Amino acid sequence: MPTLRRRKPADSDKPTTSAPSDDARGGGGGTTGRGEEEEEEDYEQDADNSKRKKNNNKRRRKKKAAAAAAAAASADNKHPALPSEEEEDGRKHHRKRSKWSCVDNCCWFVGCVCLTWWVLLFLYNAMPASFPQYVTEAITGPSPDPPGVKLKKEGLKAKHPVVFVPGIVTAGLELWEGHQCAEGLFRKRLWGGTFGEVYKRPLCWTEHMSLDNETGLDPPGIRVRPVSGLVAADYFAPGYFVWAVLIANLARIGYEEKTMYMASYDWRLSFQNTEVRDQTLSRTKSNIELMVATNGGNKAVIIPHSMGVLYFLHFMKWVEAPAPMGGGGGPDWCAKHIKAVINIGGPFLGVPKAVTGLFSAEARDIAVVRALTPGFLDNDIFRLQTLQHIMKMSRTWDSTMSMIPRGGDTIWGDLDWSPEDGYSPSKRGQKNNETDIKNQDGSDSKPSQTAKAHYGRIISFGKEVAEAPSSEIERIDFRDALKGKNVANSTCRDVWTEYHDMGFGGINACAEYKAYTAGSIVDLLRFVAPKMMDRGSCHFSYGIADDLDDPKYNHYKYWSNPLETKLPNAPDMEIFSMYGVGIPTERAYVYRLSPSAECYIPFQIDTSAVGEDKDSCLKDGVYTVDGDETVPALSAGYMCAKGWRGKTRFNPSGIRTYIREYDHSPPANLLEGRGTQSGAHVDIMGNFALIEDVMRVAAGDSGDDLGGDRVYSDIFKWSEKIKLKL
Amino acid sequence: MGSILRFRKLSYLAPVKLHTEKKVEQEKKAVDFPNPCFSPEPTKRAPSPPVRRSGGKEWRCMDNCCWMIGFLCTTWWLCLFLFNCLPATLPGFQVPESPGVRLKREGLTALHPVVMVPGIVTGGLELWEGKPCAEDLFRKRLWGGGFTEIFRRPLCWLEHLSLDNETGLDPPGIRVRAVPGLVAADYFGPGYFVWAVLIENLAKIGYEGKNLYMAAYDWRLSFQNTEIRDQALSRLKSKIELMYVTNGYKKVVVVPHSMGVVYFLHFLKWVETPPPVGGGGGSGWCSKHIKAVMNIGPTFLGVPKTVSNLFSGEAKDVAFLRAMDPGVLDSEMLGLQTVEHLLRAGRTWDSIVSLLPKGGETIWGNLDWSPEENHACDLSKRKPLGERNSTDGNAKRSGLKEPVKYGRMISFGKAAAELPSSLFPSLDPKDILVAQTTTKKNSTSSCSEVRTEYDEMNREIIRKIAENKAYTARTVLDLLRAVAPKMMKRAEAHFSHGIADNLDDPKYTQHYKYWSNPLETKLPDAPDMEIYCLYGVGIPTERSYVYKQSPSSRCKSIPFRIDSSVNGDRGESCLRGGVNFVDGDESVPVLSAGFMCAKGWRGRTRFNPSGASTYVREYRHKPPASLLEGRGAESGAHVDIMGNVGLIEDVMRVAAGATGLEIGGDRIHSDIVRMSDRINIRL
Repeated sequence: MPTLRRRKPADSDKPTTSAPSDDARGGGGGTTGRGEEEEEEDYEQDADNSKRKKNNNKRRRKKKAAAAAAAAASADNKHPALPSEEEEDGRKHHRKRSKWSCVDNCCWFVGCVCLTWWVLLFLYNAMPASFPQYVTEAITGPSPDPPGVKLKKEGLKAKHPVVFVPGIVTAGLELWEGHQCAEGLFRKRLWGGTFGEVYKRPLCWTEHMSLDNETGLDPPGIRVRPVSGLVAADYFAPGYFVWAVLIANLARIGYEEKTMYMASYDWRLSFQNTEVRDQTLSRTKSNIELMVATNGGNKAVIIPHSMGVLYFLHFMKWVEAPAPMGGGGGPDWCAKHIKAVINIGGPFLGVPKAVTGLFSAEARDIAVVRALTPGFLDNDIFRLQTLQHIMKMSRTWDSTMSMIPRGGDTIWGDLDWSPEDGYSPSKRGQKNNETDIKNQDGSDSKPSQTAKAHYGRIISFGKEVAEAPSSEIERIDFRDALKGKNVANSTCRDVWTEYHDMGFGGINACAEYKAYTAGSIVDLLRFVAPKMMDRGSCHFSYGIADDLDDPKYNHYKYWSNPLETKLPNAPDMEIFSMYGVGIPTERAYVYRLSPSAECYIPFQIDTSAVGEDKDSCLKDGVYTVDGDETVPALSAGYMCAKGWRGKTRFNPSGIRTYIREYDHSPPANLLEGRGTQSGAHVDIMGNFALIEDVMRVAAGDSGDDLGGDRVYSDIFKWSEKIKLKL
Repeated sequence: MGSILRFRKLSYLAPVKLHTEKKVEQEKKAVDFPNPCFSPEPTKRAPSPPVRRSGGKEWRCMDNCCWMIGFLCTTWWLCLFLFNCLPATLPGFQVPESPGVRLKREGLTALHPVVMVPGIVTGGLELWEGKPCAEDLFRKRLWGGGFTEIFRRPLCWLEHLSLDNETGLDPPGIRVRAVPGLVAADYFGPGYFVWAVLIENLAKIGYEGKNLYMAAYDWRLSFQNTEIRDQALSRLKSKIELMYVTNGYKKVVVVPHSMGVVYFLHFLKWVETPPPVGGGGGSGWCSKHIKAVMNIGPTFLGVPKTVSNLFSGEAKDVAFLRAMDPGVLDSEMLGLQTVEHLLRAGRTWDSIVSLLPKGGETIWGNLDWSPEENHACDLSKRKPLGERNSTDGNAKRSGLKEPVKYGRMISFGKAAAELPSSLFPSLDPKDILVAQTTTKKNSTSSCSEVRTEYDEMNREIIRKIAENKAYTARTVLDLLRAVAPKMMKRAEAHFSHGIADNLDDPKYTQHYKYWSNPLETKLPDAPDMEIYCLYGVGIPTERSYVYKQSPSSRCKSIPFRIDSSVNGDRGESCLRGGVNFVDGDESVPVLSAGFMCAKGWRGRTRFNPSGASTYVREYRHKPPASLLEGRGAESGAHVDIMGNVGLIEDVMRVAAGATGLEIGGDRIHSDIVRMSDRINIRL
């Protein structure tokens, strides 16, 4: 805006300079009126009325003559002009009526728009800052104090330094070196911010956001690096907060830059690669050590969000591992430096959504991508290019593979069984009574339910398969199937995905297997995207450890899997699992083959599959369970509810764990924005109850001071059903 | 920009449509009323307007305005669109190749991690806790960036940027902190680069976040207080250690600028001092971790400009404050408030005191003598060094041309600036201090709003100060102690401006107030470390001032001001507008920037016991040839030098592993060697 305003006075000189010649002629009088008239004539030439054109030309010629004589005699000058005016008087009426030519109208309209805009802008700027709040309060009644204000009144003070670990997608990435097409974007955000470049040069953008398909590191000539500092993930896009609310509230009780640290990392890389390329883990270690040292020895409180949870799990193993592969911090580093790990919306056991993201790029918002471009991605016209490009890009990101469901059938259920069996969205309200009954009934009651959702079948081809009992499904193993010839012709090259290396045979083989559980999903991905999974299997593992003392678990690929690592030896540490519940969350999918296979992703979610009754969990081809819209409650809560509870083999030192659930209640009206009681995966960062809990822990409270567990969902019941050696 | 505008247009289409329809209705209603805007027309045309008016389609004042604005906006957008469509380089205009690209082709790659230490003023500050008037500014920049808040709520802004007058730390309820990261000082205002050009060039040869660090600190605080309040020094130490380790045990190259130079000098001492006061790094820390310190525009021995800034608030741009709001400060009308307010805020910033001239009369000259005398002011007509050397010795005594008495930092009246010292009424400024304590202040309560310490002073003392006529670098400190007792008392606990007689005196290592004064500290024991002084020359730089008493004796005004009517007698005189100029980079005189590297630390001296090698690299100022060049690629000005191609190349070569000798050793354009030789200091 300012540039525009500045420009205006300079430009406005132009019309006034045209005035003097009229001044001389008109004798000072109606200068503006006549001045405008002459300008209009220039525009009227655009009109196609030939008669008028002739007239105009005539007049213009005369005018030129007049202008030449203007300097000599101003009084006489009027006469040559007058006859012409009289002559044309009749036509003039005609002309005046059509005076509002198209161009004029446009100009007038644009002028109006600009003026209104400026007036509004001025009013907005002149408005006292508290005005929106005042309006909100007038409509919805007084809003509660933000937790920062409330707790400051209670006398809480900054005590433990706080480390934020952002999740996937939410942290910004900026360009440090790029190809020709990205000229001028040096140190500008490619990811996060306004995403202006996505629209301006989409292909260039995807090229720079992609990693190398072989190494999973930078492609040659491109360096995209994480933004550092709190700005990395305070806002994802303008106005779309991620950590900002929490930061603002912490600041109220005295936190500032020296006691807060955003451990931003390149979330596209596999966790160990962030250390290999950027030394991010070393940096985090050094910063935690520094903050603990400069804050009088108070241990740090770590707050990872989303994928950051897994990243920090990796960090805790890394930091204690000996030097070449690890950070060499020694076996009691965590005990010395960490007071508590507050996991927010942690996908400990993976996210079913990640599977579809990798399988067919139909990630229904891993975080907010869809929110940003809702129509754009789903639009059928664009999908030919967009989805393929996005898939090609996101398949180079190793980190997405960290979110593939872990623990296989034991955790996520097999063809017939799943821990969430019997979940029904409408029963959540009165669940307390019913769960007791069901618990007593045990597994006997299940077959009686006719349309029970088979959550264990994470991907099934066709609705019938999804609902049929397992005995009726005929599966043909795909693992040895020939992939057939390359179906892609050269035209598809620019949107190359690994599907183009597969023949129809391979694609059909996938579909013939009918139903995939969490265990076979990994095989499926390995089949359809061998390169990606080869790369990924060096960095991530999805199994369950039989013997945790096996030396092979010292390899870093196991470090981010809670089922294949032991927690560090830090009995005083506390682990919180905080997540939202009460939002239907993707859990299993019904797929179909795409009608045309050329240059297309051959599979897509069968959005026509809908459950019969409105009670059903099946909508648009997706089975949903309780969760925070992204992470099912099972994944977020199981480790703290059971896997690590007490002294188990995964938690040998008996670190205390707490579950804090936050029931989702959508914002009451638009003025509340994203709500202060939301339970959604990202919006929960603005949940007042969660912020209060975090602040209390940061100010020194223990989990028991907070009130221990706080549970709304059936997480404990589900956890009990999982038969895992502890 | 273009896209934003277009979006804006789209989003406002709907409401405005309604609006225009309404307007048409209104117009129809308003038809009968004579429109005052409607311009009177010649009589012949008079009959027609009513007829046309009834049509409702009429060019009125409002419409004309709308049309005009619309026309302008459309043109603007069109131009903007064309500008965006334009290829990045115009065919006719050859963009000079950046040093980064050239050196990359030469095969240079990132080797040593680089630490940047910004100077005073250039680092951004953001709000973390404030008074109600700054409610919505949480984590917004108060300093650096757009500076929009100055205009919207100037008093609130000043209140938040001021520090506590007693402690020199945060006032209660206000927390303003330095912006961290590279963004802290890459651009000062939008489009006004500081470090951005250097960063961009370094990135070309492979630097990035992991081997590039901006040691941002709160430049308002005294150096030790940045550690006490923010642990900024500990943080810097930890960062350097981390970068040293994660970059394959490569020592770091430190690039401080302006006041950052003294800050880093402080750090060098701090880091080796044992824990309660220092960082406890041990005596080998610097030689282990630091390859080179490349001081850009160093203020080693202080800046004379600071004196006038503290004395009368007339900082003719400590860095570029003036550049930001030139008219506002200098304007007489607003000056009444602005300068006083700024003086008050500026006096709470301890760091400014670190820039007062150090070394007293030994360095800066006394009433009769100064190292720079015989300096030719008209820099364009300067003769080469050799020719002038012959006349050098006897010019002073010959009386052909009375040398400018730069030693008199502040003189009252032109006569006092030029008279020989024997004709002076001598009055020890210490007397003023005594007088101050005996006579009690008589400030009126009406002045309380903009109270500077002048209000507490007696008129009598002010007169006495002016009577003393001339002040040298030593007595100027006494003068400041007299006019701003609180500030100097606070700040002198943190900074010292003398010369050490015996550097082994334990007080010099134990007390942090000496650490930022190169004349009172030894360099660390690091024989392999290199010290560079990189600075611009060829711009007239303020060196001493002619003052007068302000005519008005209203309570709110500052009683002294620079006598801008005083000019030199001859055309080539150094005295212009009440200010004596010497060679320098517009802020720092050559003497201050170059002396330590040219003489004080050269070889093995008592200030440099381990004999770390020093290099002087000067860059002759060359103003940008055309407007297209912006601030110029060969500028030597204090801040603009950060975009100087020669300097950037030097920094990059050293960062990529070259030594001082490999980049060509000394490179001297000014008289710095001669000036240094004239300074009589025990080394």
